[in-house]
Amino acid sequence: MRPQWANRGALAFLFGTPAMLGLIGFLVVPFLMAIGLTLTNQKLLSPQDTRIVGLSNYERLLGLTMIRQDSVLGVNGDTGFERVRDVTRRTPRLHGYKPLGQAEFGSTRLVLLARDPIFIQSLLNTILFAVMVVPLQCSLALALALLVNAGLPGQRLFRTVYFSPVVMSMVVVAVIWAFLFNRDLGLINQFLSWATFGKFQPVDWLGNPATAMPAIVIMSAWQGAGLQMLIFLAGLQAIPKELYDAARIDGATAFQRFLHVTLPGLSRTIAFVIIITTIAAFGLFTQVDVMTQGGPANATSTVMFYAIERGVRGQDIAYGSTITVVYFVLIATLALLQQRFFARRAGS
Amino acid sequence: MKPPLNSKTAAQRIATYAIVLLFVVIFVSPFLFMLMASFKPNQQIFSDLSSIRAFLPVGSISLQNYRDVIGSSGIGRFALNSAFITIVTVCAGLFVNSLAAFALARLEWRGKGMVLGLIVVLLIIPLEAIAVPMMLMVAYLPTLGFEGGLSIQWSWLDTRLVQIVPFVANAFSIFFFYQAFSDIPRDFDEAAYVDGATPFQVYRHVIVPLSGTTFATVAIIQGLAAWNQYLWPVIVVPSEGARPLMVGLQQFFRFQTEWGEVMAYATLATLPVFLAFIFFQRWFVQSVMGSGVKG
Repeated sequence: MRPQWANRGALAFLFGTPAMLGLIGFLVVPFLMAIGLTLTNQKLLSPQDTRIVGLSNYERLLGLTMIRQDSVLGVNGDTGFERVRDVTRRTPRLHGYKPLGQAEFGSTRLVLLARDPIFIQSLLNTILFAVMVVPLQCSLALALALLVNAGLPGQRLFRTVYFSPVVMSMVVVAVIWAFLFNRDLGLINQFLSWATFGKFQPVDWLGNPATAMPAIVIMSAWQGAGLQMLIFLAGLQAIPKELYDAARIDGATAFQRFLHVTLPGLSRTIAFVIIITTIAAFGLFTQVDVMTQGGPANATSTVMFYAIERGVRGQDIAYGSTITVVYFVLIATLALLQQRFFARRAGS
Repeated sequence: MKPPLNSKTAAQRIATYAIVLLFVVIFVSPFLFMLMASFKPNQQIFSDLSSIRAFLPVGSISLQNYRDVIGSSGIGRFALNSAFITIVTVCAGLFVNSLAAFALARLEWRGKGMVLGLIVVLLIIPLEAIAVPMMLMVAYLPTLGFEGGLSIQWSWLDTRLVQIVPFVANAFSIFFFYQAFSDIPRDFDEAAYVDGATPFQVYRHVIVPLSGTTFATVAIIQGLAAWNQYLWPVIVVPSEGARPLMVGLQQFFRFQTEWGEVMAYATLATLPVFLAFIFFQRWFVQSVMGSGVKG
């Protein structure tokens, strides 16, 4: 017999209401608002009324086009190209476009134009960050997991040490590493200089567009790897020990055991770890906000940083929302693609 | 967890140990540097940098940096704000989310599957994706104010409330509780109902006492997120009144050139988490492993 209490729908409703109200009010509603706002010109504070502007926010954000120019004879008799600004002013279709990049082929050149070059650059920066940090962080995490799992005395202590940066605030970590990366006094330059007997030229890690993002990558992998390490550890412990014994009896070397027992046994865990690391990488914000504010020369501006920069600090809510919607579509697509890819790999 | 010890030669083990210790150095040294620098005057931090002294408590060691930071930076107020936000979020979150999970896992009602499905879908929406429109929303929510008598203010900006309420209900926590509660044998509830217990009593006296680890896990995950929160307060708490510790640290770092004081600030901001981590590390580790494997 079912207990009569357990059938009370009204009671279940009562129990669930606070949580559901919270989720709907602070997750579903803002999410729907995000989509709705992207179709308007909503500002945080504005004397003008909010209007529906269709898809123009998306055009502003994602507008990309290419023009081809032939070289022309200049006043002094030398050949050159017309200024891009003059072309975009003259051509109605190209109003509001700014140059993003260009390539010359003899007497013609191709110019890539974007409505919002900083967003395109931020998007590329974010992808670059993910492409660098995901392999680094995941392989570091796997290496740490294998080390912790190697059965050395004190392994629990090592596990704790490797995991410790994960619980620390990213702000604290970023502040410490900003000192480590300092050009003249930072420990990293000091160490590299010492290790190369002074041959190493000090690098302004965070002040140089070429090294700022790699520096943030290294710090982020260091901070986050402990989390993935624990997930890998759980995966490692789920692999039956008999498989290792069988492989050893068959004469497999340690590396062969890793390749043919450990890796296949971890395939689902690896897929999961790569997905969560990638999604986290696309949300890169705190490190940039604390260490570089998007600089130098926008080299570390990311999608989320730019969304906050425009949507909050610039008070352009509609445009900021458009950026975050694009961000959401991006991570949702990634998650789906990766899941399908790994599901097929695991199935075959 | 038993490792294949037998096949390893002594040389292999020493090599492995060396790598393990190398990583220990890599993971510990930044924190060690922070801690040691926080006790040293600025000049000495610079002069110690080129040697191992950077990681040692040598030279002129004092609490002067801490005195200066506590005296002048507003860190006390920010720390109280963060503590308040964290404690309230965790307590309310544990109650609200576990109660919802109880309804989902232990009570029969129509539409349950749909609600559960919705919660799983909501798991994939990160705060980042909704932060900007949510800022607009909270800018127009009503709250009680006490300036010049009791009054209603039409904005949540610059309050502690805005750093708490959106994070109490948590799809992940509900899902985590739901899985844990579903694993508890049904017989326990049935017995209690036969004895005349109400569902709330079953929740309070059967399910909650059996789920200590789950509560600890959720408390850690939500508490850590609340204490380390940065993106959201950066957006909705522009002035100092309700500012949390991490935003305080970022501001202090940006406008301060005294390294020792910045390190003292960072150490103080880390201390509560560090202590909690040392005392409850078993749960910290379990929380991640549990959430990672199941989630």
